[in-house]
Amino acid sequence: MVLISALLVQAVQMVAVVLLAPLLTGLTRKVKARLLRRQGPSVFQPYRDILRLLRKDVVLAENASWLFRVAPYLIFAMTWVSAALVPTFATGLMFSWSADLIAIIALLGSARFFLALAGMDVGTSFGGIGSSREVMIATLAEPAMLLIIFTLALVAGSTQLSTIAAFMTSPQVGLRVSLGIALIALTMVAIAENARIPVDNPATHLELTMVHEAMVLEYSGRHLAMIELAASLKLLLYISLIACMFVPWKLATPGAGPDAYLTGMFAYIVKLAVGAAFLALFETQTAKMRVFRVPEFLGAALMLGLLATLLLFVSRSL
Amino acid sequence: MTNALVFDIAHLLAGGLVLVSMMMLYQDRLYALLNVFALHSLVLTLSVAWQAFVQDAPHLYVTAAIALVFKAIVIPVALHRMIRQLGIHREIETVVGIGLTMIVGISLVALAMVVMLRVTPEADPLAREDLAFALSVLLLGLLIMVTRRNAVSQIVGFMSLENGLVLAATGAKGMPLVVEISVAFSVLIAFIVIGVFLFRIRERFDTVDVRALDDFKGRRRK
Repeated sequence: MVLISALLVQAVQMVAVVLLAPLLTGLTRKVKARLLRRQGPSVFQPYRDILRLLRKDVVLAENASWLFRVAPYLIFAMTWVSAALVPTFATGLMFSWSADLIAIIALLGSARFFLALAGMDVGTSFGGIGSSREVMIATLAEPAMLLIIFTLALVAGSTQLSTIAAFMTSPQVGLRVSLGIALIALTMVAIAENARIPVDNPATHLELTMVHEAMVLEYSGRHLAMIELAASLKLLLYISLIACMFVPWKLATPGAGPDAYLTGMFAYIVKLAVGAAFLALFETQTAKMRVFRVPEFLGAALMLGLLATLLLFVSRSL
Repeated sequence: MTNALVFDIAHLLAGGLVLVSMMMLYQDRLYALLNVFALHSLVLTLSVAWQAFVQDAPHLYVTAAIALVFKAIVIPVALHRMIRQLGIHREIETVVGIGLTMIVGISLVALAMVVMLRVTPEADPLAREDLAFALSVLLLGLLIMVTRRNAVSQIVGFMSLENGLVLAATGAKGMPLVVEISVAFSVLIAFIVIGVFLFRIRERFDTVDVRALDDFKGRRRK
Protein backbone atom coordinates (compact mmCIF):
# COMPACT_ATOMS: atom_id res chain seq x y z
CA MET A 1 0.00 0.00 0.00
CA VAL A 2 2.78 2.38 0.97
CA LEU A 3 4.66 1.41 -2.17
CA ILE A 4 1.64 2.04 -4.35
CA SER A 5 0.97 5.45 -2.84
CA ALA A 6 4.66 6.38 -3.18
CA LEU A 7 4.57 5.35 -6.83
CA LEU A 8 1.37 7.29 -7.37
CA VAL A 9 2.81 10.44 -5.78
CA GLN A 10 5.91 10.12 -7.92
CA ALA A 11 3.81 9.71 -11.07
CA VAL A 12 1.70 12.77 -10.18
CA GLN A 13 4.89 14.71 -9.55
CA MET A 14 6.39 13.78 -12.91
CA VAL A 15 3.23 14.73 -14.79
CA ALA A 16 2.72 17.90 -12.76
CA VAL A 17 6.19 19.32 -13.42
CA VAL A 18 5.85 18.88 -17.18
CA LEU A 19 2.35 20.33 -17.23
CA LEU A 20 3.18 23.30 -15.01
CA ALA A 21 6.51 24.25 -16.56
CA PRO A 22 5.17 26.10 -19.66
CA LEU A 23 2.55 27.79 -17.49
CA LEU A 24 5.32 29.11 -15.22
CA THR A 25 7.19 30.53 -18.22
CA GLY A 26 3.97 32.04 -19.54
CA LEU A 27 3.14 33.58 -16.18
CA THR A 28 6.61 35.12 -15.88
CA ARG A 29 6.28 36.65 -19.34
CA LYS A 30 2.78 37.91 -18.59
CA VAL A 31 3.77 39.55 -15.28
CA LYS A 32 6.80 41.09 -16.93
CA ALA A 33 4.70 42.46 -19.79
CA ARG A 34 2.13 43.91 -17.37
CA LEU A 35 4.91 45.55 -15.34
CA LEU A 36 6.09 47.19 -18.55
CA ARG A 37 2.49 48.31 -19.20
CA ARG A 38 2.10 46.00 -22.15
CA GLN A 39 -0.76 43.58 -22.60
CA GLY A 40 1.52 40.59 -23.22
CA PRO A 41 0.54 37.19 -24.63
CA SER A 42 -1.78 34.88 -22.73
CA VAL A 43 -0.23 32.77 -19.98
CA PHE A 44 -1.03 29.70 -22.08
CA GLN A 45 1.01 30.90 -25.06
CA PRO A 46 4.02 28.62 -24.30
CA TYR A 47 1.73 25.55 -24.60
CA ARG A 48 0.54 26.75 -28.00
CA ASP A 49 4.13 27.42 -29.06
CA ILE A 50 5.24 23.95 -28.08
CA LEU A 51 2.27 22.27 -29.79
CA ARG A 52 2.87 24.28 -32.94
CA LEU A 53 6.56 23.36 -32.95
CA LEU A 54 5.71 19.69 -32.46
CA ARG A 55 3.56 19.73 -35.59
CA LYS A 56 6.18 21.41 -37.76
CA ASP A 57 8.81 19.73 -39.87
CA VAL A 58 12.39 19.60 -38.72
CA VAL A 59 14.92 21.46 -40.84
CA LEU A 60 18.33 19.89 -40.38
CA ALA A 61 21.67 21.23 -41.50
CA GLU A 62 23.40 18.96 -44.03
CA ASN A 63 26.40 18.37 -41.82
CA ALA A 64 24.41 17.76 -38.63
CA SER A 65 25.54 14.54 -36.92
CA TRP A 66 23.45 12.07 -34.93
CA LEU A 67 24.43 13.98 -31.79
CA PHE A 68 22.53 17.01 -33.01
CA ARG A 69 19.36 14.96 -33.40
CA VAL A 70 19.71 13.05 -30.12
CA ALA A 71 20.72 15.95 -27.90
CA PRO A 72 17.26 17.59 -27.50
CA TYR A 73 15.72 14.36 -26.22
CA LEU A 74 18.67 13.71 -23.90
CA ILE A 75 18.52 17.23 -22.52
CA PHE A 76 14.78 17.01 -21.98
CA ALA A 77 15.02 13.59 -20.33
CA MET A 78 17.81 14.65 -17.95
CA THR A 79 16.04 17.83 -16.95
CA TRP A 80 12.78 15.97 -16.47
CA VAL A 81 14.37 13.32 -14.26
CA SER A 82 16.09 15.93 -12.12
CA ALA A 83 12.84 17.92 -11.82
CA ALA A 84 11.10 14.72 -10.74
CA LEU A 85 13.60 14.34 -7.89
CA VAL A 86 12.77 17.63 -6.17
CA PRO A 87 10.00 17.35 -3.58
CA THR A 88 7.48 19.87 -4.92
CA PHE A 89 4.22 19.14 -3.10
CA ALA A 90 5.13 15.99 -1.12
CA THR A 91 8.31 14.64 0.45
CA GLY A 92 9.35 11.00 0.40
CA LEU A 93 9.08 10.60 -3.36
CA MET A 94 9.82 7.18 -4.78
CA PHE A 95 12.86 8.31 -6.78
CA SER A 96 14.17 10.85 -4.36
CA TRP A 97 15.80 8.16 -2.18
CA SER A 98 17.92 6.98 -5.07
CA ALA A 99 19.40 10.38 -5.90
CA ASP A 100 20.25 13.41 -3.81
CA LEU A 101 20.96 17.07 -4.49
CA ILE A 102 24.42 16.36 -5.89
CA ALA A 103 22.90 13.91 -8.40
CA ILE A 104 20.47 16.62 -9.52
CA ILE A 105 23.39 18.98 -10.16
CA ALA A 106 25.22 16.22 -12.04
CA LEU A 107 22.16 15.57 -14.22
CA LEU A 108 21.78 19.25 -15.02
CA GLY A 109 25.53 19.44 -15.70
CA SER A 110 25.34 16.62 -18.25
CA ALA A 111 22.30 18.22 -19.88
CA ARG A 112 24.31 21.40 -20.27
CA PHE A 113 27.26 19.42 -21.64
CA PHE A 114 25.10 17.96 -24.40
CA LEU A 115 23.57 21.34 -25.16
CA ALA A 116 27.05 22.83 -25.55
CA LEU A 117 28.10 19.95 -27.81
CA ALA A 118 24.97 20.35 -29.93
CA GLY A 119 25.67 24.08 -30.19
CA MET A 120 29.06 23.35 -31.74
CA ASP A 121 27.91 20.40 -33.87
CA VAL A 122 26.75 22.19 -37.01
CA GLY A 123 29.76 24.46 -36.99
CA THR A 124 28.13 27.87 -37.23
CA SER A 125 29.88 30.68 -35.46
CA PHE A 126 26.86 31.60 -33.32
CA GLY A 127 26.61 28.11 -31.88
CA GLY A 128 30.29 28.21 -31.02
CA ILE A 129 30.00 31.58 -29.29
CA GLY A 130 26.96 30.38 -27.35
CA SER A 131 28.66 27.17 -26.26
CA SER A 132 31.84 28.88 -25.14
CA ARG A 133 29.89 31.45 -23.12
CA GLU A 134 27.62 28.83 -21.62
CA VAL A 135 30.60 26.78 -20.50
CA MET A 136 32.25 29.88 -19.03
CA ILE A 137 29.12 30.56 -17.00
CA ALA A 138 28.89 26.90 -15.99
CA THR A 139 32.45 26.70 -14.68
CA LEU A 140 31.60 29.47 -12.24
CA ALA A 141 28.01 28.57 -11.42
CA GLU A 142 28.61 24.93 -10.58
CA PRO A 143 31.24 25.42 -7.84
CA ALA A 144 29.00 28.08 -6.32
CA MET A 145 26.06 25.68 -6.41
CA LEU A 146 28.13 22.91 -4.81
CA LEU A 147 29.27 25.23 -2.00
CA ILE A 148 25.65 26.17 -1.31
CA ILE A 149 24.81 22.47 -1.16
CA PHE A 150 27.67 21.90 1.28
CA THR A 151 26.31 24.64 3.51
CA LEU A 152 22.83 23.14 3.50
CA ALA A 153 24.18 19.64 3.98
CA LEU A 154 26.26 20.76 6.96
CA VAL A 155 23.21 22.43 8.51
CA ALA A 156 20.72 19.66 7.84
CA GLY A 157 23.17 16.76 8.06
CA SER A 158 22.13 15.33 4.70
CA THR A 159 22.15 16.06 0.98
CA GLN A 160 18.79 14.34 0.67
CA LEU A 161 16.17 16.91 -0.28
CA SER A 162 13.36 15.30 1.73
CA THR A 163 15.55 15.30 4.85
CA ILE A 164 16.59 18.90 4.28
CA ALA A 165 12.95 19.94 3.85
CA ALA A 166 11.96 18.07 7.03
CA PHE A 167 14.84 19.71 8.92
CA MET A 168 13.90 23.18 7.69
CA THR A 169 10.38 22.88 9.07
CA SER A 170 11.62 21.69 12.47
CA PRO A 171 12.30 24.28 15.21
CA GLN A 172 15.97 23.23 15.27
CA VAL A 173 16.78 25.54 12.37
CA GLY A 174 16.60 28.85 14.20
CA LEU A 175 17.90 32.02 12.67
CA ARG A 176 21.07 31.30 10.79
CA VAL A 177 22.94 33.88 8.80
CA SER A 178 24.47 31.10 6.70
CA LEU A 179 21.07 30.08 5.40
CA GLY A 180 20.26 33.65 4.40
CA ILE A 181 23.56 33.94 2.53
CA ALA A 182 22.96 30.57 0.89
CA LEU A 183 19.53 31.73 -0.28
CA ILE A 184 21.00 34.86 -1.89
CA ALA A 185 23.77 32.84 -3.54
CA LEU A 186 21.32 30.19 -4.77
CA THR A 187 19.11 32.88 -6.31
CA MET A 188 22.12 34.34 -8.12
CA VAL A 189 23.11 30.91 -9.43
CA ALA A 190 19.52 30.19 -10.48
CA ILE A 191 19.38 33.44 -12.46
CA ALA A 192 22.61 32.58 -14.24
CA GLU A 193 21.66 28.94 -14.87
CA ASN A 194 18.31 29.84 -16.36
CA ALA A 195 19.77 32.46 -18.68
CA ARG A 196 17.69 35.28 -17.21
CA ILE A 197 18.49 38.99 -17.00
CA PRO A 198 21.11 40.23 -15.93
CA VAL A 199 23.21 37.30 -17.18
CA ASP A 200 21.40 36.55 -20.42
CA ASN A 201 18.23 37.87 -22.01
CA PRO A 202 15.74 35.10 -22.84
CA ALA A 203 13.77 37.34 -25.22
CA THR A 204 16.43 38.54 -27.61
CA HIS A 205 18.40 37.31 -30.58
CA LEU A 206 21.05 39.99 -30.54
CA GLU A 207 24.26 38.22 -31.48
CA LEU A 208 26.48 40.26 -29.18
CA THR A 209 24.69 39.23 -26.02
CA MET A 210 22.84 35.97 -26.46
CA VAL A 211 24.12 32.85 -24.76
CA HIS A 212 21.41 30.24 -24.55
CA GLU A 213 19.59 31.35 -27.68
CA ALA A 214 22.81 31.25 -29.70
CA MET A 215 23.31 27.58 -28.95
CA VAL A 216 19.82 26.54 -29.98
CA LEU A 217 19.69 28.78 -33.06
CA GLU A 218 19.98 25.84 -35.47
CA TYR A 219 17.13 23.87 -33.93
CA SER A 220 13.64 23.73 -35.36
CA GLY A 221 10.42 21.75 -35.14
CA ARG A 222 10.08 19.06 -32.50
CA HIS A 223 13.74 19.40 -31.49
CA LEU A 224 13.19 23.03 -30.60
CA ALA A 225 9.99 22.10 -28.74
CA MET A 226 11.98 19.66 -26.59
CA ILE A 227 14.63 22.27 -25.85
CA GLU A 228 12.09 24.96 -24.98
CA LEU A 229 10.23 22.56 -22.70
CA ALA A 230 13.52 21.58 -21.06
CA ALA A 231 14.35 25.26 -20.49
CA SER A 232 10.93 25.82 -18.86
CA LEU A 233 11.42 22.71 -16.75
CA LYS A 234 14.78 23.96 -15.58
CA LEU A 235 13.27 27.24 -14.44
CA LEU A 236 10.54 25.33 -12.61
CA LEU A 237 13.18 23.06 -11.07
CA TYR A 238 15.18 25.94 -9.62
CA ILE A 239 12.11 27.67 -8.21
CA SER A 240 10.97 24.35 -6.72
CA LEU A 241 14.44 23.79 -5.29
CA ILE A 242 14.40 27.17 -3.54
CA ALA A 243 10.81 26.59 -2.38
CA CYS A 244 11.58 23.10 -1.08
CA MET A 245 14.68 24.12 0.85
CA PHE A 246 13.81 27.58 2.14
CA VAL A 247 10.00 27.67 2.33
CA PRO A 248 9.09 23.99 2.78
CA TRP A 249 5.73 24.75 4.32
CA LYS A 250 2.68 22.59 3.70
CA LEU A 251 4.69 19.81 2.06
CA ALA A 252 2.74 16.58 2.43
CA THR A 253 4.66 13.89 4.32
CA PRO A 254 4.42 10.22 3.32
CA GLY A 255 1.36 8.50 4.78
CA ALA A 256 -0.68 11.70 5.02
CA GLY A 257 -4.30 11.83 3.90
CA PRO A 258 -5.44 12.98 0.45
CA ASP A 259 -6.35 16.44 1.77
CA ALA A 260 -2.71 16.94 2.85
CA TYR A 261 -1.64 16.21 -0.71
CA LEU A 262 -4.21 18.64 -2.06
CA THR A 263 -3.04 21.41 0.29
CA GLY A 264 0.53 20.59 -0.67
CA MET A 265 -0.30 20.93 -4.37
CA PHE A 266 -2.16 24.19 -3.82
CA ALA A 267 0.70 25.60 -1.72
CA TYR A 268 3.17 24.53 -4.41
CA ILE A 269 1.26 26.37 -7.14
CA VAL A 270 1.11 29.48 -4.95
CA LYS A 271 4.87 29.23 -4.33
CA LEU A 272 5.52 28.94 -8.07
CA ALA A 273 3.32 31.95 -8.82
CA VAL A 274 5.13 34.02 -6.17
CA GLY A 275 8.48 32.89 -7.58
CA ALA A 276 7.45 33.88 -11.11
CA ALA A 277 6.22 37.27 -9.90
CA PHE A 278 9.48 37.96 -8.05
CA LEU A 279 11.53 36.88 -11.06
CA ALA A 280 9.56 39.17 -13.39
CA LEU A 281 9.85 42.06 -10.91
CA PHE A 282 13.61 41.54 -10.60
CA GLU A 283 14.05 41.33 -14.37
CA THR A 284 12.24 44.61 -14.98
CA GLN A 285 14.40 46.31 -12.33
CA THR A 286 17.83 45.33 -13.65
CA ALA A 287 19.73 45.88 -16.85
CA LYS A 288 21.60 43.14 -18.62
CA MET A 289 25.29 43.12 -17.76
CA ARG A 290 28.16 42.76 -20.17
CA VAL A 291 29.27 39.17 -20.71
CA PHE A 292 32.62 39.94 -19.11
CA ARG A 293 30.91 41.16 -15.95
CA VAL A 294 29.24 37.78 -15.49
CA PRO A 295 32.33 36.16 -13.87
CA GLU A 296 32.22 38.89 -11.21
CA PHE A 297 28.51 38.29 -10.59
CA LEU A 298 29.01 34.54 -10.26
CA GLY A 299 32.27 35.01 -8.39
CA ALA A 300 30.26 36.92 -5.80
CA ALA A 301 27.84 33.97 -5.59
CA LEU A 302 30.80 31.63 -5.13
CA MET A 303 32.24 33.83 -2.39
CA LEU A 304 28.86 34.02 -0.67
CA GLY A 305 28.66 30.22 -0.71
CA LEU A 306 32.14 30.01 0.78
CA LEU A 307 31.30 32.61 3.41
CA ALA A 308 28.10 30.74 4.32
CA THR A 309 30.12 27.55 4.85
CA LEU A 310 32.72 29.41 6.92
CA LEU A 311 30.17 31.14 9.14
CA LEU A 312 28.72 27.74 10.03
CA PHE A 313 31.82 27.00 12.06
CA VAL A 314 31.09 29.83 14.46
CA SER A 315 27.41 29.09 14.83
CA ARG A 316 25.58 27.15 17.50
CA SER A 317 27.99 24.24 17.40
CA LEU A 318 30.41 26.25 19.59
CA MET B 1 13.50 34.22 25.97
CA THR B 2 15.36 31.04 25.15
CA ASN B 3 19.11 30.93 25.13
CA ALA B 4 19.25 29.59 21.58
CA LEU B 5 17.29 32.53 20.20
CA VAL B 6 19.53 35.04 22.01
CA PHE B 7 22.56 33.40 20.44
CA ASP B 8 20.92 33.14 17.01
CA ILE B 9 20.07 36.83 16.83
CA ALA B 10 23.56 37.87 18.00
CA HIS B 11 25.03 35.48 15.43
CA LEU B 12 22.76 36.83 12.71
CA LEU B 13 23.70 40.45 13.36
CA ALA B 14 27.44 39.84 13.74
CA GLY B 15 27.48 37.56 10.70
CA GLY B 16 25.55 40.23 8.82
CA LEU B 17 28.32 42.68 9.65
CA VAL B 18 30.90 40.36 8.05
CA LEU B 19 28.64 40.02 5.02
CA VAL B 20 28.30 43.80 4.66
CA SER B 21 32.09 44.09 4.92
CA MET B 22 32.36 41.66 2.01
CA MET B 23 29.82 43.77 0.13
CA MET B 24 32.09 46.79 0.64
CA LEU B 25 34.91 44.88 -1.01
CA TYR B 26 32.66 44.23 -4.00
CA GLN B 27 31.61 47.85 -4.62
CA ASP B 28 33.19 49.78 -7.45
CA ARG B 29 31.39 53.11 -7.12
CA LEU B 30 32.19 55.64 -4.40
CA TYR B 31 28.57 56.57 -3.59
CA ALA B 32 27.54 52.92 -3.44
CA LEU B 33 30.49 52.28 -1.12
CA LEU B 34 29.30 55.06 1.20
CA ASN B 35 25.76 53.67 1.24
CA VAL B 36 27.08 50.22 2.10
CA PHE B 37 29.18 51.78 4.84
CA ALA B 38 26.06 53.42 6.29
CA LEU B 39 24.40 49.99 6.21
CA HIS B 40 27.48 48.55 7.95
CA SER B 41 27.11 51.04 10.77
CA LEU B 42 23.37 50.38 10.99
CA VAL B 43 23.98 46.65 11.41
CA LEU B 44 26.61 47.49 14.03
CA THR B 45 24.06 49.64 15.88
CA LEU B 46 21.57 46.78 15.93
CA SER B 47 24.23 44.35 17.05
CA VAL B 48 25.38 46.60 19.90
CA ALA B 49 21.79 47.28 20.97
CA TRP B 50 21.14 43.55 21.05
CA GLN B 51 24.26 43.02 23.19
CA ALA B 52 23.02 45.77 25.52
CA PHE B 53 19.70 43.99 25.83
CA VAL B 54 21.30 40.57 26.36
CA GLN B 55 23.91 41.71 28.87
CA ASP B 56 21.44 44.07 30.55
CA ALA B 57 24.01 46.86 30.22
CA PRO B 58 22.30 50.24 29.65
CA HIS B 59 25.56 52.03 28.81
CA LEU B 60 25.85 49.92 25.66
CA TYR B 61 22.70 51.66 24.40
CA VAL B 62 24.74 54.87 24.46
CA THR B 63 27.39 53.16 22.32
CA ALA B 64 24.67 52.05 19.92
CA ALA B 65 23.32 55.59 19.74
CA ILE B 66 26.81 56.97 19.05
CA ALA B 67 27.27 54.41 16.27
CA LEU B 68 23.89 55.29 14.77
CA VAL B 69 24.26 59.08 14.86
CA PHE B 70 27.91 59.45 13.94
CA LYS B 71 28.74 56.46 11.79
CA ALA B 72 25.45 55.72 10.09
CA ILE B 73 24.39 59.33 9.47
CA VAL B 74 26.99 62.07 10.06
CA ILE B 75 30.09 60.48 8.51
CA PRO B 76 28.42 59.10 5.34
CA VAL B 77 26.67 62.43 4.73
CA ALA B 78 29.92 64.31 5.31
CA LEU B 79 31.77 62.00 2.92
CA HIS B 80 29.04 62.45 0.31
CA ARG B 81 29.52 66.21 0.51
CA MET B 82 33.28 65.82 0.43
CA ILE B 83 33.13 63.80 -2.78
CA ARG B 84 30.89 66.40 -4.35
CA GLN B 85 33.20 69.25 -3.33
CA LEU B 86 36.33 67.42 -4.45
CA GLY B 87 34.66 66.69 -7.77
CA ILE B 88 36.54 63.40 -8.13
CA HIS B 89 35.79 60.43 -10.31
CA ARG B 90 33.14 58.27 -8.76
CA GLU B 91 34.69 54.98 -9.78
CA ILE B 92 37.04 53.29 -7.38
CA GLU B 93 40.38 52.21 -8.72
CA THR B 94 41.41 48.99 -7.10
CA VAL B 95 45.00 47.79 -6.87
CA VAL B 96 44.09 44.22 -7.88
CA GLY B 97 40.92 42.85 -9.44
CA ILE B 98 37.72 42.44 -7.45
CA GLY B 99 37.79 38.64 -7.78
CA LEU B 100 41.23 38.36 -6.22
CA THR B 101 40.28 40.82 -3.48
CA MET B 102 37.24 38.70 -2.62
CA ILE B 103 39.35 35.54 -2.43
CA VAL B 104 41.83 37.29 -0.12
CA GLY B 105 38.87 38.58 1.93
CA ILE B 106 37.45 35.08 2.35
CA SER B 107 40.83 33.73 3.43
CA LEU B 108 41.11 36.56 5.96
CA VAL B 109 37.71 35.59 7.40
CA ALA B 110 38.89 31.97 7.59
CA LEU B 111 42.11 33.11 9.27
CA ALA B 112 40.21 35.19 11.82
CA MET B 113 38.03 32.22 12.69
CA VAL B 114 40.90 29.78 12.97
CA VAL B 115 42.86 32.16 15.23
CA MET B 116 39.96 33.21 17.45
CA LEU B 117 38.49 29.75 17.91
CA ARG B 118 41.91 28.36 18.83
CA VAL B 119 42.72 30.96 21.48
CA THR B 120 39.34 31.12 23.21
CA PRO B 121 38.26 27.53 23.86
CA GLU B 122 36.84 28.11 27.35
CA ALA B 123 35.08 31.41 26.75
CA ASP B 124 31.33 31.89 26.52
CA PRO B 125 30.13 30.89 22.99
CA LEU B 126 28.47 34.28 22.50
CA ALA B 127 31.74 36.12 23.20
CA ARG B 128 33.67 33.63 21.06
CA GLU B 129 31.63 34.12 17.93
CA ASP B 130 31.53 37.87 18.52
CA LEU B 131 35.31 38.06 18.74
CA ALA B 132 35.78 35.87 15.66
CA PHE B 133 33.43 38.06 13.63
CA ALA B 134 34.98 41.25 15.01
CA LEU B 135 38.46 40.14 13.96
CA SER B 136 37.13 39.30 10.47
CA VAL B 137 35.52 42.75 10.12
CA LEU B 138 38.76 44.34 11.30
CA LEU B 139 40.91 42.43 8.82
CA LEU B 140 38.44 43.14 5.99
CA GLY B 141 38.63 46.86 6.87
CA LEU B 142 42.41 46.69 6.59
CA LEU B 143 42.04 44.88 3.26
CA ILE B 144 39.78 47.65 1.94
CA MET B 145 42.42 50.20 2.95
CA VAL B 146 45.20 48.24 1.27
CA THR B 147 43.45 47.44 -2.00
CA ARG B 148 42.02 50.89 -2.77
CA ARG B 149 43.97 53.72 -4.33
CA ASN B 150 41.40 56.40 -3.67
CA ALA B 151 41.86 58.20 -0.34
CA VAL B 152 38.09 58.49 0.28
CA SER B 153 37.60 54.74 0.07
CA GLN B 154 40.59 54.30 2.37
CA ILE B 155 38.77 56.41 4.94
CA VAL B 156 35.74 54.14 4.56
CA GLY B 157 38.00 51.13 5.12
CA PHE B 158 39.37 52.76 8.26
CA MET B 159 35.89 53.48 9.60
CA SER B 160 34.71 49.93 8.97
CA LEU B 161 37.81 48.68 10.78
CA GLU B 162 36.75 50.78 13.74
CA ASN B 163 33.27 49.24 13.55
CA GLY B 164 34.95 45.87 14.03
CA LEU B 165 36.70 47.22 17.14
CA VAL B 166 33.38 48.37 18.61
CA LEU B 167 31.88 44.95 17.91
CA ALA B 168 34.75 43.27 19.77
CA ALA B 169 34.46 45.75 22.66
CA THR B 170 30.74 45.16 23.13
CA GLY B 171 31.10 41.38 22.91
CA ALA B 172 33.44 41.41 25.92
CA LYS B 173 31.50 42.07 29.09
CA GLY B 174 32.44 44.95 31.35
CA MET B 175 33.90 47.46 28.89
CA PRO B 176 33.54 50.86 30.56
CA LEU B 177 31.58 53.55 28.75
CA VAL B 178 34.38 56.10 29.08
CA VAL B 179 36.65 53.96 26.93
CA GLU B 180 34.00 53.58 24.24
CA ILE B 181 33.16 57.27 24.15
CA SER B 182 36.82 58.19 23.90
CA VAL B 183 37.30 55.66 21.07
CA ALA B 184 34.29 57.07 19.25
CA PHE B 185 35.52 60.62 19.57
CA SER B 186 39.09 59.84 18.63
CA VAL B 187 37.77 58.23 15.45
CA LEU B 188 35.70 61.32 14.78
CA ILE B 189 38.75 63.52 15.23
CA ALA B 190 40.77 61.18 13.00
CA PHE B 191 38.02 61.56 10.43
CA ILE B 192 38.23 65.37 10.58
CA VAL B 193 42.02 65.29 10.32
CA ILE B 194 41.89 62.91 7.37
CA GLY B 195 39.28 65.17 5.78
CA VAL B 196 41.55 68.18 6.07
CA PHE B 197 44.42 66.13 4.67
CA LEU B 198 42.25 65.06 1.76
CA PHE B 199 41.68 68.65 0.75
CA ARG B 200 45.38 69.43 1.12
CA ILE B 201 46.34 66.41 -1.01
CA ARG B 202 43.81 67.47 -3.58
CA GLU B 203 45.07 71.04 -3.61
CA ARG B 204 48.67 70.00 -4.10
CA PHE B 205 48.33 67.07 -6.49
CA ASP B 206 44.97 67.66 -8.21
CA THR B 207 43.94 64.12 -7.33
CA VAL B 208 43.11 61.99 -4.32
CA ASP B 209 44.85 58.99 -5.80
CA VAL B 210 47.49 58.07 -3.24
CA ARG B 211 49.88 56.89 -5.95
CA ALA B 212 50.68 60.57 -6.45
CA LEU B 213 52.13 60.58 -2.93
CA ASP B 214 54.41 57.66 -3.77
CA ASP B 215 55.77 59.48 -6.80
CA PHE B 216 56.33 62.53 -4.66
CA LYS B 217 58.26 60.64 -1.98
CA GLY B 218 61.03 59.86 -4.46
CA ARG B 219 62.02 63.53 -4.83
CA ARG B 220 63.04 65.96 -2.11
CA ARG B 221 60.84 68.91 -1.46
CA LYS B 222 62.39 72.23 -2.32
